[in-house]
Amino acid sequence: MKILVGVKRVLDYNVKARVNADKTGIELANVKMSMNPFDEIAVEEALRIKEAGDADEVIAVSIGPSQSQETIRTALAMGADRGILLETDELLEPLAIAKLFKHVVEQESPGLVILGKQAIDGDNNQTGQMLSAITGMAQGTFASKVELNGDTAKITREVDAGLESINVTLPAVLTTDLRLNEPRYAKLPNIMKAKKKPLEITPVADLDVDVSSKLKVVEVNEPEQRSAGVIVNSVAELVEKLRNEAKVI
Amino acid sequence: MTTLVVAEHESGALRPATLNVITAAKAIGNDITVLVAGDGAADVAAAAANVDGVSKVLHADDAAYAQEIAENLASLIISQASGFTHILFAATAAGKNVMPRVAALLDVSAVSDITDVVSADTFIRPIYAGNAMATVQSGDDVKVISVRTTAFDSAAETGGSAAVETVAATEASALVTFIGEELSQSDRPELTSADIVVSGGRGMQNGDNFVMLDEIAEKLNAAVGASRAAVDSGFVPNEYQVGQTGKVVAPNLYIAVGISGAIQHLAGMKDSKVIVAINKDEEAPIFQVADYGLVADLFDALPELSKALDG
Repeated sequence: MKILVGVKRVLDYNVKARVNADKTGIELANVKMSMNPFDEIAVEEALRIKEAGDADEVIAVSIGPSQSQETIRTALAMGADRGILLETDELLEPLAIAKLFKHVVEQESPGLVILGKQAIDGDNNQTGQMLSAITGMAQGTFASKVELNGDTAKITREVDAGLESINVTLPAVLTTDLRLNEPRYAKLPNIMKAKKKPLEITPVADLDVDVSSKLKVVEVNEPEQRSAGVIVNSVAELVEKLRNEAKVI
Repeated sequence: MTTLVVAEHESGALRPATLNVITAAKAIGNDITVLVAGDGAADVAAAAANVDGVSKVLHADDAAYAQEIAENLASLIISQASGFTHILFAATAAGKNVMPRVAALLDVSAVSDITDVVSADTFIRPIYAGNAMATVQSGDDVKVISVRTTAFDSAAETGGSAAVETVAATEASALVTFIGEELSQSDRPELTSADIVVSGGRGMQNGDNFVMLDEIAEKLNAAVGASRAAVDSGFVPNEYQVGQTGKVVAPNLYIAVGISGAIQHLAGMKDSKVIVAINKDEEAPIFQVADYGLVADLFDALPELSKALDG
């Protein structure tokens, strides 16, 4: 069985996003970019499934600009076998990304596609569900545990009130939640080896996939800032202020 | 122009989130139809018909909807979608699970987690953990949207007198079966709708120490939350998590204890009306958003706070 994992290049988790001067998006020039944290979890899960003998090949797929090769190389250094980059400089909507993934699914016929539940840039939380819908593969989102059992998998899902478990028939699309695993760090020899692993690059424009969107970003603004309040000196003063000034208790 | 609101419910009652979504639907301005899918959910359909502003309720009753299986709900919604210009969901775990499927099956873009309605086709939504607010305009014939519930008030549960129409169920997916659930049992208010939330972070040091927060929450009738750091460290289960990748809350009072205030945490609570921070590190970023800050060791402050609340 093959496993496809999606890896997206995003503004690093620890970098504060700032709106650009023309209010069209976020300033991404000269800032640290990294793999979306949920995608690291996806790569890790795929590798663990392979290491347990339930998969033969892990393929890291990214859709984005040329620099996304670095993100794929990171996945290869973690242990993925090969990479596929569908290259575009356009900022695509999740529906377009899902359609492009569908194209790769048709080529590779994976048993599992594992994606992050959301990317920390757009915070959309859409692509996995859309891919499942348009391919007809079963859907298991927000996974905190994956147990393979032949041609089915038991997925434990994070829901608002706790955990839910479902059984899905493979092939399936899973999306990762935080507690699924703790991703490994790539070791130096593996980083060197990753440079020699195959990475196939195809321009999105060469594919017969409709990536148009009718959703347009009109503008991007800074959120309203909260101003810092006062420092109180004691618990007694805090309780007094909450009771008599803020009147919230 | 008609809006379809997909209701969520449990134990025979509408979830509060659905009332927030109905308010967002009112802001869009169309007639509002509510879809109630369930297994023996006639009471919920009747309750939805009473909500202020609702002009029609569609009720589908079938074992396929006993749980919130995305495939089954999406196919039902698609079967009823014709004629609607907007389809709205709550941005809850259940809503997020289904909403993008519906959009993809209709071949339209989805708009996640809106916090404001500018007009019938233009919405505001947070991106980058709320560090930026994007104004987006949809040119699709059907706008498929999830709504950040804390950004909209609850619609009144009475005042409406909509007709309830029974609609046919669609076939259940053979690919997915429900096995079971383990839900947190608590007598206290639910995290996303509580008036007061007391949250703990890495500074709590371990799960046992959350008992101190429980004690304070008990006295304030508050819910207990946590930062991602506390969840990652295994102190508390994931459903406690407040932040970009967890729950978004906006209570009247948010008490952050031993939480440094990473941007990802602030994303989930910075719209709270009053924020209190208790942290021994006076440089902690949480103090920059707190209305009241107390620089103190939480292991001294919490027992004292608990005692003060008795007085």
